[in-house]
This record gives sequence, structure tokens and C-alpha cells, in this order.
Amino acid sequence: MASMQKRLQRELKSIQTEPPPGVSINQNSVGSSLTQWIVDMEGASGTLYEGEKFQLQFKFSSKYPFDSPEVTFIGPNIPIHPHVYSNGHICLSILTEDWSPALSVQSVCLSIVSMLSSCTEKKRPPDNSLYVKTCSKNPKKTKWWYHDEKV
Amino acid sequence: MESEEEVLYNESEEEEEDEDDSGNESSGGDDDDGLSVALLDSEPTVSANMSSKDKMDFDEDFPFEVLTTEQIMQHMQDCIKEVNNVVQLPPTITRILLNHFKWDKEKLYERYYDGDRGPLFSEAHIIDPAEAYNNQQIKKLSYSHEMETCIICCRDFPASMLTGLACGHRFCKDCWNHYLTTKIMEEGMGNKISCAAHACDILVDDQTVMNLITDNKVKLRYQHLITNSFVECNRLLRWCPKPECSHSIKVQYLDFQPVKCTCGTIFCFLCGENWHEPVKCDLLKLWRKKCDDDSETSNWIAANTKECPQCNVTIEKDGGCNHMICKNQNCKADFCWQCLGPWEPHGTSWYSCNRYDEHEAKAARDAQERSRAALQRYLFYCNRYMNHMQSLKFEHKLYASIKEKMEEMQQHNMSWIEVQFLKKAVDVLCLCRETLMYTYVFAYYLVKNNQSIIFEDNQKDLESATETLSEYLERDITKDNIVDIKQKVQDKYRYCDSRRKVLLQHVHEGYDKDLWEYSVKL
Ligand SMILES: [Zn+2]
Ligand SMILES: [Zn+2]
Ligand SMILES: [Zn+2]
Ligand SMILES: [Zn+2]
Repeated sequence: MASMQKRLQRELKSIQTEPPPGVSINQNSVGSSLTQWIVDMEGASGTLYEGEKFQLQFKFSSKYPFDSPEVTFIGPNIPIHPHVYSNGHICLSILTEDWSPALSVQSVCLSIVSMLSSCTEKKRPPDNSLYVKTCSKNPKKTKWWYHDEKV
Repeated sequence: MESEEEVLYNESEEEEEDEDDSGNESSGGDDDDGLSVALLDSEPTVSANMSSKDKMDFDEDFPFEVLTTEQIMQHMQDCIKEVNNVVQLPPTITRILLNHFKWDKEKLYERYYDGDRGPLFSEAHIIDPAEAYNNQQIKKLSYSHEMETCIICCRDFPASMLTGLACGHRFCKDCWNHYLTTKIMEEGMGNKISCAAHACDILVDDQTVMNLITDNKVKLRYQHLITNSFVECNRLLRWCPKPECSHSIKVQYLDFQPVKCTCGTIFCFLCGENWHEPVKCDLLKLWRKKCDDDSETSNWIAANTKECPQCNVTIEKDGGCNHMICKNQNCKADFCWQCLGPWEPHGTSWYSCNRYDEHEAKAARDAQERSRAALQRYLFYCNRYMNHMQSLKFEHKLYASIKEKMEEMQQHNMSWIEVQFLKKAVDVLCLCRETLMYTYVFAYYLVKNNQSIIFEDNQKDLESATETLSEYLERDITKDNIVDIKQKVQDKYRYCDSRRKVLLQHVHEGYDKDLWEYSVKL
């Protein structure tokens, strides 16, 4: 879809030129079709994740932005957080039910940064081991019941 | 959004007509509906030949109407118009408001004239058209000559090309079309689509949808979704539960009554299940939930095959009659499938197969025994409930074999009229079995009192007579004894019919006078 290419190019450009603090695009990860990106993320200073490095993977379907992107943590360091499963899946409502085509990679990154920053205790979700054993590879296939948004 | 409001519904009707004309592409939509309606209309005459359902008695004081999809749409528009004569809002806004109040217009009036309109509109996720008008005027003046970027597709447009709801979030028409199409076709949303902006909960109105969507198939699907939410929200409407049927039933007030769709389906208006007199919806629901529970389900599955009480050969039931004769030629034991007791007393006045001996159950002393007794009590009622249900499943088989017998008899000097009693007898048999089935659900939850004893007596009479009738029909009729047995069959089905009415009448009286006590809180 032509409109999707144009939008992804714009998004890529804006995240390259004015990335949100602690976020940078991994240039090598972006193929010519733009359907998959990896974003490097740093734990903000003054938070429980200060000094840690994470990698976020974005996958875009041909229906993006009307269909939400598939976003997971990948790589050796998956943040220990009550909304992040040890397989990298993230329990965040804007990634499924509350997705709006007016949201973007930038706004998703900002939400995840703020989710990490507001964490007061590093721990896995209570249902982590069961979920990781039984879930689908694609987090969008999970019917989430959202953990308390305040955590 | 500022075009003539009246146009919405008229326009959508035209769209549908367009689609009829356009041929190929649309044949999956409207044409199909027309076809299924035609099929359904002809169905009752087919099934009327051989079904007990036609003998059902409907209460004349409970009038109901069967509506086609087109009539439902019309009814929805009439409701909107009626309310609009009073509140004077754009029809599409009225629809969202009415939907918010589950199509209870009195409630809407009450809130609308309550004074403060603000909270009402925000609760319903719309913007008061009185305010919206002002906003739009301002926006139009300030934006009309500038270029503006659609933040979804990132393309630039003259500001006048972007559009949106009264909340002020604006996107290009292409993006709106994609957004709405995704919501409607992939997520099956109709009634609750909100603005495409993040975290904006203002609902998209019908007119916006109709204006912005380009594909007729999507428009049609949207209309179906809207009609569906109209029926689901409206207390006086219910879809026919038959999966392929697209009719709905409209009643004038709510009551525990059966209704009948033009497709022949008879169901309880209150809950949509098969008509289940004498037990009421809430108890039946509890019962179904209990039956679905795994540990208990496995128990009654085990109860579907039994051993002959005399020779222990495994026996599976293949007909509706509970009078079993063991097929083992060396045994030939006569027994009752329900209680496994000898059949002989069942035909007499001291037949008591229907009654669980509460006294014996109470003798259980410790907790373990009590729980075992509770399970046994449940299994007792469940068994009988399942039994009659099983027997009903053989209804078609019995109708077929009776039909054969009727044809055979007509070749042996009997007229068509003379053999009709057989069909009538099967009709009555099926009605009685259905009623008996639900009496066991009722009885299970009933606390013993004087009335429950009368009820169980009625149940016993009906069950015993029904079993005899069943036996006549399944086993005893041959072309040689037809003249003798005709009188017996006629007497028996009339008796069954009257016992069924007596039982139901008694239960109804109990409802009216509040005589029934239940073992569960409702
Ligand atoms: Zn756009
Ligand atoms: Zn909005
Ligand atoms: Zn129907
Ligand atoms: Zn019901």
C-alpha cells in the first residue's frame, strides 16, 4: 500500500532526526521494505533501569497504521518489569485494543519509556511462567486483560 | 457532517437498491438475504407436516410479530423519528443516544429534560450538536486556505479536504475510509467505533460512516451491525435463535411466553432458549450451568448406557420408550430404563418411578454421605431429564415409522382421515416428553411442601401415561390390530394431553400465588 510506505518513511525520518530521549533507531535493522525495525533503548537515569540497554522490535503489517504494529523486546536483556514477560511480550493497551492510527513508533516508544520509568519494583508479571509456556509467538494474538495501568 | 441529516437513511436505502442492480459483486449481500427470506417463508409448510411444534398453544393475550431485516430497519427509523419529533436532534445523534439508553425512550426523555445536557452527551460519547455547530463554523473560517497534514498518512491537503467529528480531530477521507473499513470488516464494530484520534472516545455517527465509506459491501455490513445492536439492546426485540434465520420477534411487553418465528422455531422470548415450560429461565440457566460442570457431566454420560438388572448385559437405548425388554433371549427381563426396577408396577397406580425418596437421602449422617446424597439426588433428576431429552431425539424416527404405518393402513381400506389419529398421538407424545423433561429441572430445585407433592403426583401421572402411549406407538400397532388399538391410542393421548394441561396449570397457579419455594436463591 503506497500510503503505508509514505507514512513509514516519514516516521523513520523523524525518529532519525529527532529521536525521543534514550531512543535510537538501529540503522542496520531497517530493510528496504521498512516492514521491520529494531529500536535501541536506554534505561533513563534516575530510574530502576538506569544504565541498562534494551532492544525493541517493531513489525508492521501491510495494513499499518490501521493495524497496530507488533512490538516486542528482543535480545539478551529483557527488562524485568510487571508488564513485560520474559519472552519480550509487552502488556500495553495501546498495542492492541487502544491502538489508534494516529499513534506512531515515536509515541509507542515514549509510552514504553514512561512505563519503564514509572516502575517502582523490578519483577515479572505474576502469570509469567504460565503465559510464556502457553502464549502465541505473536503478542497481538493474546487476549490481554490489562494489568493495573498505574504500576 | 454538515449535509442534510435526513439524507442519511434515505441515502443508505438507495445504496442498497444500487447494490441489487449492480449484480455480481453484491450478490453475496442483499440478494442472499432475499433468497433466505424466501426459503424461510416456505419452510413452515414443509415442517408442518410432521412436527409436534404446531400443536403448541400460544396465549392470545401475548401478541407478537415476526420482523424481517428490512422491517427491523424500518422499525428502528420509526423509533428515531418518533423521538426526534420531541427532542429535535439530527437522527444519527438520536440513534446513538437511544442506543445509550437501550432504546428506552422514556429514560432518554427523562435525562434529556432533566436540565443539564452536558453529562448526558459526554456519557453517550457524543458532542452536543448545539456546541458542535459553533466549533465547526470557527474551524471552517480559520482553516480553509491553509495546507494541513493528515497525521495518519502524513500527506498534505488543503485544510478543507480534511474532515472529522465534532471533537475537532481531522484526517483525510482516505484514512477515514481505511480506518472505518478496518473497524467494520475486521473487528466487527458498528455501534461503538470512536474517533480515529488516540484516546478520543467520541463515537462516529452513521452519517459520517455512510459519507466516508466508499465500498457498498462495507456499508451494508455496517447497516447489519447497527441493526443487530438495535435488536440486541431493545428489550422488546429478540433474534430468532435458529442460526441461519435473520428474523426477529417483537413483543409488546415482557413475559414468560413462547413465541414462534416464521421459520418454525419456537422459543422462550425471555431467554431465547427452546420453550421450556414449566421451569422458568433463571432456574433452567442454573441447571444448564450445573450440567456443564465437568465432574458431574462425566457422571451422566456414564448413565447413558446401562446394564440389564437381571443378566448384566450392556444395554443402549434406541427408542423413546422407557419400558425395556432385555434382548438376551435367555433373559428377556422386563424393566424400567429410568429406575431399573421391574416394569410391571409401572403400569399400575403405585408407580413411583418419578419420585426420589428424600427420606432415605436424609438418613445420610456425615458430610461425605451428605455430599454423596446430593450428587445422587442430582443424578436422579439429571438422569430423568436426559432420558426424556434422549427420547425426544428419536422424535424424527418415530414420525417416520408412524408415517409408514399410516401409508400402509391406507392401502388396507382405511381412509386418510381415519389414520390421522396416529400423527396426533405422536404430536402429543412429543409435547409431553418435552414438558416432562423440564419438570425434572423444576422438581430438582423445588423445596418439598404440600404443593410440590401435588406437583410430583401430576408429574407421575403424566409420565406414566406418556410411557404407555409411547409403548403403544413404538411397539403395539400392527395393521391387524389397528381397529382395536385405535380407541386405546385415542383415549391415551387425550388423557396425556389433559394431564399435561393440568400439570402446567397447577405450576402457573403456583407462580401466581407464589407457592413455590426453591432450594437456591434467585
Ligand atoms: Zn490521511
Ligand atoms: Zn476525536
Ligand atoms: Zn426463525
Ligand atoms: Zn426462558
